Amino acid sequence: MEKSYYNPKDLKKFGEIADFEPKLAEKFFDYYGEVFKEGALTAREKSLIALAVSHSEQCPYCIDAYTEDALKRGINEAQMMEAVHVAAAIKGGATLVHSVQMMNKVKKQSM
Amino acid sequence: MIKSLKASGNKLAMIENQLKVLAGEPFKTELPTFVDKLKPINQFPLKPNKLEIFQINLGYMCNQVCKHCHVDAGPDRKEIMTKDHLERCIEILKANNIPTVDLTGGAPEMNPLFRWFVEELTNIGVQEIIVRSNLTIIRANKKHYDLPEFFKKHNVHVVSSLPYYQAGKTDAQRGDGVFAKSIKALQSLNDVGYGIEGSDLILDLVYNPTGAFLPGDQMELEAEFKKNLKNDFDIDFHALFAITNIPISRFLDYLVASDNYEEYMEKLVMAFNPAAVDGVMCKNTISVDWDGYMYDCDFNQQLDMKVADKSTQHINDFNIEKLAARTILINQHCYGCTAGAGSSCQGTVA
Repeated sequence: MEKSYYNPKDLKKFGEIADFEPKLAEKFFDYYGEVFKEGALTAREKSLIALAVSHSEQCPYCIDAYTEDALKRGINEAQMMEAVHVAAAIKGGATLVHSVQMMNKVKKQSM
Repeated sequence: MIKSLKASGNKLAMIENQLKVLAGEPFKTELPTFVDKLKPINQFPLKPNKLEIFQINLGYMCNQVCKHCHVDAGPDRKEIMTKDHLERCIEILKANNIPTVDLTGGAPEMNPLFRWFVEELTNIGVQEIIVRSNLTIIRANKKHYDLPEFFKKHNVHVVSSLPYYQAGKTDAQRGDGVFAKSIKALQSLNDVGYGIEGSDLILDLVYNPTGAFLPGDQMELEAEFKKNLKNDFDIDFHALFAITNIPISRFLDYLVASDNYEEYMEKLVMAFNPAAVDGVMCKNTISVDWDGYMYDCDFNQQLDMKVADKSTQHINDFNIEKLAARTILINQHCYGCTAGAGSSCQGTVA
């Protein structure tokens, strides 16, 4: 058993998921590649979305990969941080909007 | 202002120490050497194509001390090309049909014979004269203020470094205040017609990553630079060359000191693109140092890897047939030119 759940070098082994199940891995990687191509959104816009989602998903591999991708694309620190704030705002909002449920229950059950 | 590696007594100022780093890990055990990569694609030994670019380093003196500089240039460097060597270069260019002369440094404009030399190049009818200008030299001293007019008069192709379209990243790599002076210099070049769409006065920019990462897509970066420089400073330019930082000299020092060296080399190796090998600049370029010695490229110059044929290592012994038959010298730093879309003094190659 590894001493740590996360090892930065494991990111390079991502493709090895095909060793255990090649067909689904192939479909996934083909899909992944298609998703990030230029489309209605630019590859640059998709990279920033991926960076933001990497944070909300708290995936260290993805944060590593999409920070590097952002640097390569010349995306600056302010742009990266604003993207993360968008993720944080949605995450925070998603938490807070659930408080309406808490408030509803409190109001219903209180005199 | 920081000092050059040489002036500060840094151990990497000694070329043998740079070569030791390049010969060590991760290439001893983990990663393939550059030779290992060239052999299976039948590119070893690497051979040149027709000589098209005669790149002359006019001296290592520079008014800037950029953190990534592969030349280790700076105000404290005194190596400068003398008139006898410049005259010999003219003779070589007269006698051989080499279409492009690429003047670099240091700041080539700091060589006192720079203007005389450009005039001579014009007189002998060189097809294209490239000057790699750091931009700030144009604003460094009143005597240089008219450089844009001088470039225009000689139809010089100006290639200038600008690692970002904002001050923070640019100054972090090139020194405090460099961005503001670079912007003024670019505006003065635009004022005489450089960089304007449709203009014959070509102004290209060079983008180097401001850290231990590889450049992204050249077209995408160019579009971002064009949009932001136009919006913020009304600056126009023609093309952006995205150039990979080569792991030698001051950039190597930065990689080692910041504990990024092995990871950076791994990125270069992982990004090795066989299709980029055909376009590497050492195949069509000869690089000449301030002292008249010749190299396969400017990077080999800084590692003192003179062209392999000992009978034609100096411009006084220039022999175009022998140079055409030479084997290009390579080392692990060459991975910098074959990563991704490839990298050369003219940008991507694949």
